[in-house]
Amino acid sequence: MIGLRNGLERVSRKTSAGIERRDFLKVSIAASGGLLIGFHFPGVRTLASAQQSALGAFMPNAFVRIGSDERITVIVNHSEMGQGVYTSLPMLLADELDADWSKVSYEPAPVDPKYNHPAFGMQITGGSSSVWSGLDQFRQAGAGARAMLVAAAAQQWNVDASTLRTESGAVLNRSSRLTYGQLAAAAAKLTPPEHVQLKDPKNFKLIGKPIKRLDTSVKLNGQAEFGIDVKLPGMLNAVIARPPIFGAKMKSFDDARARSMPGVRKIVAIPAGVAVIADTFWQAKVARDALRVEWDEGSMRDFDTGKMMRDFRDRAKTPGTSVRKDGDAEHALANSAKKIEAVYEVPYLSHLMMEPLNCTVDLRADSCEVWTGSQFQTVDRANAAKVAGLPNEKVQLHTTFLGGGFGRRANPQSDFVVEAVYVAKAAGVPVKVIWTREDDMAGGWYRPAFLHAIEGGIDASGNAVSWKSTLVGQSIMAGTPFAAMMLKGKAYDPASVEGVDDLPYAIPNITVESHQAEVGVPVQWLRSVGHSHTAFAVECFVDELAALAGKDPYQFRRALLQKQPRYLGVLDLAAQKAGWDKPLAKGMARGIAVHFAFGSYSAHVVEVSVEDNKVRVHRMVCAIDCGQYVNPGIIAAQTEGGAIFGASAALFQELTFENGRLQQTNFNTFPVMRMNECPEIETHIVENNEKAGGIGEPGVPCAAPAIANAIFAVTGKRIRRLPIRMTEAV
Amino acid sequence: MIAFSVNGKRVDLDLEPSTPLLWVIREQLGLTGTKYGCGMAQCGACTVHINGEAVRSCVAPVSRAAGKSVTTIEGLSPDLSNALQLAWLEVDVPQCGYCQSGQLMSAAVLLRDKPTPTDDDIDEAMTGNICRCGTYPRIRRAIHRAAEMAKAGAR
Repeated sequence: MIGLRNGLERVSRKTSAGIERRDFLKVSIAASGGLLIGFHFPGVRTLASAQQSALGAFMPNAFVRIGSDERITVIVNHSEMGQGVYTSLPMLLADELDADWSKVSYEPAPVDPKYNHPAFGMQITGGSSSVWSGLDQFRQAGAGARAMLVAAAAQQWNVDASTLRTESGAVLNRSSRLTYGQLAAAAAKLTPPEHVQLKDPKNFKLIGKPIKRLDTSVKLNGQAEFGIDVKLPGMLNAVIARPPIFGAKMKSFDDARARSMPGVRKIVAIPAGVAVIADTFWQAKVARDALRVEWDEGSMRDFDTGKMMRDFRDRAKTPGTSVRKDGDAEHALANSAKKIEAVYEVPYLSHLMMEPLNCTVDLRADSCEVWTGSQFQTVDRANAAKVAGLPNEKVQLHTTFLGGGFGRRANPQSDFVVEAVYVAKAAGVPVKVIWTREDDMAGGWYRPAFLHAIEGGIDASGNAVSWKSTLVGQSIMAGTPFAAMMLKGKAYDPASVEGVDDLPYAIPNITVESHQAEVGVPVQWLRSVGHSHTAFAVECFVDELAALAGKDPYQFRRALLQKQPRYLGVLDLAAQKAGWDKPLAKGMARGIAVHFAFGSYSAHVVEVSVEDNKVRVHRMVCAIDCGQYVNPGIIAAQTEGGAIFGASAALFQELTFENGRLQQTNFNTFPVMRMNECPEIETHIVENNEKAGGIGEPGVPCAAPAIANAIFAVTGKRIRRLPIRMTEAV
Repeated sequence: MIAFSVNGKRVDLDLEPSTPLLWVIREQLGLTGTKYGCGMAQCGACTVHINGEAVRSCVAPVSRAAGKSVTTIEGLSPDLSNALQLAWLEVDVPQCGYCQSGQLMSAAVLLRDKPTPTDDDIDEAMTGNICRCGTYPRIRRAIHRAAEMAKAGAR
């Protein structure tokens, strides 16, 4: 198991030592005497300044280091934020390598183009994409390393490589055996093969099995190092007073009291606000709270979310940008036997990672080192370099464990990194910036609030014939450096409408229109992004149509999904495992929802009761079809966690603003589901050989609509606004 | 001077007595396994034991530990041999892992007081510990499993 703390200290101490050019041979003997494919680890800091072309050619093999001590270290280019990539990606490599799994460990990759996401072109962890995008990359890397070890053994034994086989970390001849550790030095002298044969899946030993996570033990004894735990010699700590209103600017500050408080070293204005730098976090925090800052409150001073949602409601009555148009929904609606309309609202949400944002920076005259739990290394490094006034390759970003990410640590502006570099400039020594929980919650970059107005109609036989969705909400991509790339020339943000633009139901007339709201609240992707609200609106409205037709909501969906076998697969599986047709105790009822997101299909059946207007979720049965999969144990954990994440939002969470100020501050006003509220959850995986999909996010979207639909089933009351309030009039 | 013991070692510290124990443990003593999550006893990430009782160290002034014995996650066992740690490994509980120190420290007091906890006992003891990743179902399973292991002889 990697001792991350030691690793970090080692790297930071090594920084002044120049690593010579010869260390960047394509395949080199690592310091330990082992085989290092791709790059020389403790020299990561200087790696970036080495010739990119020579290194670039080795990208497919930059992922593994084999020591003469038999240790197999897999270098992982995705951040571990709970979703299991430090296990699932090493499994891919180790399986092809025929490694002894007990010798396998992980290491976070440095920032380098060869660790770029194969589909996204930069180093990023997001979009539930780590496993599907790493499938080929990590398998190839393992198979390539294996081929070289076999070739080294063939040389040593003077036999044809094709006569040899590998098993559990060793190459085997008829009667002899050489371990990978024994072969590492010899293999390091060989040229990597250009093409390798990947295993037939029937020979997988690890892939597809519920292998235990590699990062568990360090998370049970305090050893795992998160960003907030980083400690450097001579490091100071900082807490920042940020504007109380988005867009407000600091006019002046009075630090007379704060300056004289114990441990305070410096108080300085930076673009993000006023930073208090002290010996310890606690001293900095107490002094920060004693600052008196005068703000120019700016144009958001009267911002009110209640008024915003009323404006959204009016705007939804006007034509929006066309997203999808099948047939003529308006005409069909006018001619339908029965019709219904509903408006669904969801609020701003905070990612609320358990580990509040933080970043540690050691800025020198000609170098900068950053330690943080980043989901967006390429961008964070570039943004840090800009502020540091250094070229990118002089900035090294060390990815620690992330105490939750959920999208917040992939900020296009690197807000939490950039401000820390400004603080480091002022501090003149290494410094760690920590956000308090309140700072984190008020810091913006929320899941945007959205309003969906939907109209639908059925014919005389109860068949859905018309659907018209109009969405109003902020774009996540607009105004970011990625707008051009992500919007792909569309007049609307695909992340706003994902999950309704691909409405799978066989309804002949469908119209989807989108309004992009311009609001000065910074918004960002939050676990399941657009799907976090589209599934709620769509799956609740399908339920409303079923009720209008007098049909069972499961059977109503089935009938409309006859040409969608994978939707149908998860829907049927969840319904069957939940016992959809079996009676429940009095006062309980079931709700159902199905959705496609991030390459995977998901369905939930939930059982709820409502007593004294209090909703209790008793059981959630989740079916997931993510195609070919790597680790079913992790899939179950992510599906359960996703369901709880979605249920927390549905039952408890909203951020509201009055007079420009956020009304929620901490877990007491923005609650998370707790142990006593947590239902029984089961996960059932569809077995098939389809293209691999994502798993971190697909478990989230169905929770809210399934709960809302169950509430209707038990009380007759429709839930059209989140979080759920039983006392609210529809 | 405030004197107390941490994981069996005596410490003497000269600091502001109102400083939360959490930050003394993390910053002065360098034991970073105890986590900051909320600063107001809402999330339980900072849970430690003072004389064997679970305490939210983010709101406990360090003066409260004076003359007492503090145990942090680093002191739960020297080698992951505690029944809870074994069960957590077997059930593969953690996701991001940030809250798990606090979860384990709360669960340790529960198991000491109720060696065979019911689900209601688990609700009562663990409801103060938030997990944003949603590991609750596995925590529940692991506590039941740890209870079995402890009966079979694990510490």
